[in-house]
Amino acid sequence: MSEAGAVTTHQAATEAATPVRAGERTRAVAHALPPERLLDVRHLKKYFPIKGGFFGSTVGAVKAVDDVNLHVDTGEILSLVGESGCGKTTTSRCVLRAVNPTSGEILFRIGDDEVIDVAKLSDRELRPLWRNMQMIFQDPFGSLNPRKNLFDIIGEPLLVNGVKSRQERMDRVAELLGLVGLRPEYMHRYPHAFSGGQRQRVVIARALALNPKLVVADEAVSALDVSVQAQILNLLLELQERLGLSYLFVAHDLSIVKHISHRVAVMYVGKIVETAPTDPLFHAPLHPYTSALMAAVPQADPRRRSEMIRLEGEVANPAKPPSGCYFHPRCPFATAQCKAETPLLREVRPGHFVACHRAEELDLPGVERGTPSLGTSRAEG
Amino acid sequence: MPQTPTATEATRKGADRRPLLSVRGLKTYFELDEGTVRAVDGVSFDVMPGEVLGIVGESGCGKSITMKSILRLVAKPGRIVGGEILYRPDPVGRAGGGGAEIDLTKLRKDGRRMRNIRGGEIALIPQEPMASFSPLHTIGEQIIEAIRLHQDVSKKEARAMAIERLREVGVPSPEQRVGAYSWQLSGGLRQRAIIAMALSCHPKLLVADEPTTAIDVTTQAQVLALLRELQAEHGSSIIFITHDLGVIAQVADRVVVMYLGRVMERGPVDDIFHAPKHPYTKALLRSVPNMDTEPRVALPTVEGSIPHPLHKPTGCPFHPRCPDAIPGLCDVKVPALRPVDSDQPVACFLYHREVEGE
Repeated sequence: MSEAGAVTTHQAATEAATPVRAGERTRAVAHALPPERLLDVRHLKKYFPIKGGFFGSTVGAVKAVDDVNLHVDTGEILSLVGESGCGKTTTSRCVLRAVNPTSGEILFRIGDDEVIDVAKLSDRELRPLWRNMQMIFQDPFGSLNPRKNLFDIIGEPLLVNGVKSRQERMDRVAELLGLVGLRPEYMHRYPHAFSGGQRQRVVIARALALNPKLVVADEAVSALDVSVQAQILNLLLELQERLGLSYLFVAHDLSIVKHISHRVAVMYVGKIVETAPTDPLFHAPLHPYTSALMAAVPQADPRRRSEMIRLEGEVANPAKPPSGCYFHPRCPFATAQCKAETPLLREVRPGHFVACHRAEELDLPGVERGTPSLGTSRAEG
Repeated sequence: MPQTPTATEATRKGADRRPLLSVRGLKTYFELDEGTVRAVDGVSFDVMPGEVLGIVGESGCGKSITMKSILRLVAKPGRIVGGEILYRPDPVGRAGGGGAEIDLTKLRKDGRRMRNIRGGEIALIPQEPMASFSPLHTIGEQIIEAIRLHQDVSKKEARAMAIERLREVGVPSPEQRVGAYSWQLSGGLRQRAIIAMALSCHPKLLVADEPTTAIDVTTQAQVLALLRELQAEHGSSIIFITHDLGVIAQVADRVVVMYLGRVMERGPVDDIFHAPKHPYTKALLRSVPNMDTEPRVALPTVEGSIPHPLHKPTGCPFHPRCPDAIPGLCDVKVPALRPVDSDQPVACFLYHREVEGE
């Protein structure tokens, strides 16, 4: 909370001192961000108009993303979790400017002392941005052109960004293939020759071609088979460490999120309801929705067939959200205050932000610690 | 940790009862121009009355084709080429002449008897609730149609039954929802409506094909709890097909683990999860990150990827990815599914040397 306030004064102070280069209104001043910060999203909103009536006038708006604040530090993995329709994908698309946000700032560090506001970039200015920000999609079958071989697929971002020499591109593609655990000889093959897991490796190689700083991974492993999912998760973690990458990891599977992330932001109907480092979020959640979400994950252990706390009802409609706290109709702890007032995201413990009126008084169950891992407890005996 | 009572009870009860459904050496092949895809290649398992049998496996393991074979819904060029699917409408044998067996593979796919069984006695809960309802008719009309297809009741009675089923699965204000179209319902309600339709004729066996894969976790928890409640109430059996080990652990009494058209291992749910025998089952369990694994540490993986169904390896289908494969044996001969523990047959040469078909 204090961050935003501090930064605006900072910004005002430094803006006067630094001359703004002509035509570069989008460039914020580097001091606006702490040095470790790579991405800082402030008050991001994305409303989709609802057209209705005879003349197609706008009769309302789907508030897909409604005042979202989040940040990613260099070398950090932030996961954005939530159920379908919560706005996690729209948020990630706004960060990449794959969709244009309605309002808000998306500050992104492209150099040591160069920070830009992605939200204000013109379409022409987006291409250099995408050198620094790349995306990994969910479906490895839909995201590769079947008529191009791997050299063309992985080499295309290089060509587009000025690597004209074919030999240079071949060297880089070979290097990238090696990086993601594929043999360099594969570069002349076509996507159909590869399995889902191998295709996802190709998608990752393409995303890394231009040495991006931030990789947005939207459900990057959800379409893969269990035995292949672990390989890709391992690869993502290894690359992150080796190349110092940062990930904005959009996912719905909490087990994977817990495994991969440094910090987690939980979204519900377009808003972030809780954000914290992974360990406190999972072991001591402060928002009833986070707690319920974790309780609903089926544990892969028949001995823990506890009565999953069943959350009644379904996710609210973002076109007609309820009053007050959007979660109150499903919340077992809701009071009159929750019906009337929208809770703000506030820092309840250091680094642990939550949007709940009753955060201090509730004692919510999280994930239990320390149970033997599966498949080994009796297997080796 | 307390032992789940349901798992052991079902096995114990099962001992003196005959299975409701026995699949024996089922083979379903697809004849393609490129060659024959042996989608289901000698699969055997039993479904006891009142139990939830989980079938778990990754893509291409044949779990869905097994389900389609049972319902006789395999479309051309697919064909059941071998094995039996023995259905016993009255496994307990209380009705005098009980114990009659029907081999579903011998029935005509679209014959009267099969059509009566399909939907009436064995019902399907499909994966995609959106694709399973016609958008042109109300969900009520579709449930009523299903009821009247199998039961001799008037439209009015059928409508009352449809409302009753919808109420039973927890659809709020069913009197109004019976007149709703599927696209007017949310994902969770649509899945409940599908379950209501599957239950409309009180089937003895429900085949649920990934019924919660397309829905969110909180809704999934609701649907799983609902299925368990309904099953306890009606005593019907369920074949629950999924790739999600978490879901299997939560709902199944016994588990069948499949890989590339074959059963790798079978057993009570607690043994499969806590004392897996087959290297594939072990690998599968280890490679899933769960809430207890150490964060950001490399997960144990299964090497390689699932082979293309047209290019299945010789010998044990898992041998190219198996860390314990025995050269000269696993890559040549197919291990038979043989009991290792009393109730846990495994198809693996690490435990026995019996070769399939010998």
